[in-house]
Amino acid sequence: MADLRSEFLGVKSPNPFWLASAPPTDRETNVVRAFKAGWGGVVWKTLGEDPHVVNVNGPRYGAIHSGDRRLIGFNNIELITDRPLETNLQEIKKVKRDWPDRAMIVSLMVPCEEESWKRILPLVEDTGADGIELNFGCPHGMSERGMGSAVGQVPDYVEMVARWCKAHTRMPVIVKLTPNITDIRHPARAAKKGGADAVSLINTINSIVGVDLDRMAPEPHTDGKGTHGGYCGPAVKPIAMNMVAEIARDPDTHGFPISGIGGITTWRDAAEFMALGAGNVQVCTAAMTYGFKIIEELTDGLSKWMDEKGYSSTDQFVGSAVPNITDWQYLNLNYIAKARIDQDLCIKCGRCHIVCEDTSHQAITNMVDGVRRFEVIDAECVGCNLCVSVCPVENCITMEHQTDGVDPRTGERYDKPYANWTTHPNNPNRVTEAAE
Amino acid sequence: MSSTPVTAAKAASGVASGRLDADAYAENFSDLHPLFEPHEALVEADRCYFCYDAPCVQACPTGIDIPMFIRQIATGNTLGSAETIFDANILGGMCARVCPTETLCEQACVRHEAEEKPVRIGRLQRYATDHAIREDVQFYERKDPTGKHVAVVGAGPAGLACAHALAREGHAVTLYDAKKKLGGLNEYGIAAYKTVDDFAQKEVDYILAIGGIELKAGVALGRDIHLATLQDDFDAVFLSLGMGGANDLDIKDADLGGVHDAIDFIADIRQAPDLSALPVGRSVVVIGGGMTAIDIASQVKRLGAEDVTIVYRRGAPDMKASEFEQHLAQTTGVRIKHWAIPKEIIGEGGRVRSIVFDYVAPDAGGALTPTGESFTLAADQVFKAIGQNFLEDALGSAGVALKRGRIAVDADRRTNLETVWAGGDCIEDGLDLTVAAVEDGKIAARAINAHLASGG
Repeated sequence: MADLRSEFLGVKSPNPFWLASAPPTDRETNVVRAFKAGWGGVVWKTLGEDPHVVNVNGPRYGAIHSGDRRLIGFNNIELITDRPLETNLQEIKKVKRDWPDRAMIVSLMVPCEEESWKRILPLVEDTGADGIELNFGCPHGMSERGMGSAVGQVPDYVEMVARWCKAHTRMPVIVKLTPNITDIRHPARAAKKGGADAVSLINTINSIVGVDLDRMAPEPHTDGKGTHGGYCGPAVKPIAMNMVAEIARDPDTHGFPISGIGGITTWRDAAEFMALGAGNVQVCTAAMTYGFKIIEELTDGLSKWMDEKGYSSTDQFVGSAVPNITDWQYLNLNYIAKARIDQDLCIKCGRCHIVCEDTSHQAITNMVDGVRRFEVIDAECVGCNLCVSVCPVENCITMEHQTDGVDPRTGERYDKPYANWTTHPNNPNRVTEAAE
Repeated sequence: MSSTPVTAAKAASGVASGRLDADAYAENFSDLHPLFEPHEALVEADRCYFCYDAPCVQACPTGIDIPMFIRQIATGNTLGSAETIFDANILGGMCARVCPTETLCEQACVRHEAEEKPVRIGRLQRYATDHAIREDVQFYERKDPTGKHVAVVGAGPAGLACAHALAREGHAVTLYDAKKKLGGLNEYGIAAYKTVDDFAQKEVDYILAIGGIELKAGVALGRDIHLATLQDDFDAVFLSLGMGGANDLDIKDADLGGVHDAIDFIADIRQAPDLSALPVGRSVVVIGGGMTAIDIASQVKRLGAEDVTIVYRRGAPDMKASEFEQHLAQTTGVRIKHWAIPKEIIGEGGRVRSIVFDYVAPDAGGALTPTGESFTLAADQVFKAIGQNFLEDALGSAGVALKRGRIAVDADRRTNLETVWAGGDCIEDGLDLTVAAVEDGKIAARAINAHLASGG
């Protein structure tokens, strides 16, 4: 049985699944329910200075659904905690005392002034919390007041505040990054430079999830008006994973601890983030969609997979996929794949044919000898993977590496040795010796 | 049906009405497949894969663009969905109720191949079409009058489809029907639990709202009007006469009291203002293996008959009633016996008491021969459901060519007569399906329109 115990910045938790700073971690009642359910830790919903902020009284959340109304994207315009600082501090202290084996990280957002940070840090330290997370990510509401993503978008500020925090507390400091930025590596480098112990990412993405076509107002709207909110949920996972990977493979930040966040819904999502370099993961939308019970599937699924793969602890696979993430220019242009359709699994919906016909390379038949049949035409197939992507039957279409013979599309042998763009004759900047 | 205790009325011997209480009649004859709720429709619509050159469309005799209408439901465009359906089949509402979808579109659905649970196309079709009919949204406008005049004889599915299509083109249509109510088998055939709330008449009204169709109900061809006259008086004629005759049993005492044509009793059930007034036997035997046999047996059982047995001369796979329909009858409590033919009806006091069957087996050539064994079933009522026939007398001496006892037509549904077309059950190779009749009407209307446009 794999050991799921996790240690992140020296903070121990029984598993690598923390609840992210968000509504589920806003108060004692919820956090205790989460711990009872089995969550490894929480990042307490962001604290700010008194007087506490207020929230709108109209809807805070919006969502996009797949056809079966499964929630795939979620957005919110909720601000940081709307309760007095002291109330939160007392609850944090009590919960940490009652649940000493769980990670208790406190998210913070105060104005970009050293005095503000200096004032709040000892109060948090007094709760016995294990660490702090600096909320430089929220893209809505607070950013209008010069906080949240307004800080995270300026690497100099990130570095400055991280430095203040390290100077004024002994607690580990995690900087939570905003994805609303062109190149995530810059704020990550800044956090490291400022002395932070880790980054967590991603926070939510600026978004409008829908437009009410009757009121001609964005969703969600309050009294007929709406504002952009923070987007999260399964739909943002690919964006988050890329940003995690960018930091993990950046020479300046390689090895810098990362807490992965962004649409993690299943154990597999978590394993993927961790393979890309996240030491642990944080979850919010999945819990807000299904409740805390999903922790059972997350831990059990991860554990079973680790057993199957022979990993006895999470550190054995954290970052394992990072060496395989490279730049386009280093991809092997002599690797030839062709689609293969398993005729026994094929249900003959014909979607592979029509998308290839209409939008790609006309490489899939719809009729063979007068019978409805979908086969790949190797002379046209460029191995693009579109058919695999649209096929409703799992594993019905696969991309197979071709090793023997000649590609009927190009006339080139399948077994040509590795060669990439750096030496390609069409590359005006080609070099003679391939870089890898 | 078995939830109610046995009462004196329920167990009354012989033929009796009022076997059940009012609630039981209402429950037994409620909608077989109730209208989807919006949530159900969305969940089901989402299951459609929007196949390329979709097999379901190919399996639909009217070629409805099924993936498109389902996608329109899924995107909240229910009226657009109804229009897609009506574009191909103006009787899409009734077809959604009565089509044997399990052998047509749903049989072909790739989800059937994938997980043996096809998208429930029929119920989605009803969801969309009911919406448009309930809201009385009309999608089609008549073109300017052409001055041409077409007679459509028979207001069943084929006649209605043909009349509607011709009226759209601006032709004037006179629609005749021998019965008082229009709709043909939609009104007088079909099990009552498949088309509740007088839907057949609502659909007729919806179709006729196109305008330009003059109604002549209670007017029979061969009796009140004659084909030769129609040929003279109209620019074209479409015959959708159905099959007026029921096949008879070729055995002794087949005319005893209590022996009925199934189609007559099915019509009685459809037209009955009060189901409890319909008398049914305690023991009932139905002879036949098609939809009519299923419909009569299931309904007689639902009217309170205690023992209902269908006896069919061949095996279950040979029955024209689909597997779904056979199961429907069986789960209603109807017993189906195979490989037997009626030998003798035994009566008493002028009424049927029992019926003797010979077991049969196919010989090398497939012909049925008695095995020498027989059995007897008690029967207070016997329903004959062994097929119908076309009553050619209605055609008079106009010279319409027949083939295998029905009207011969070409691919355009044109008869041997220059200005006479035909469709529905009265033509050769008719599939005896509502949806096939609609397609006949559509095709004939297209051909008639082309004929009239070319100066015919």
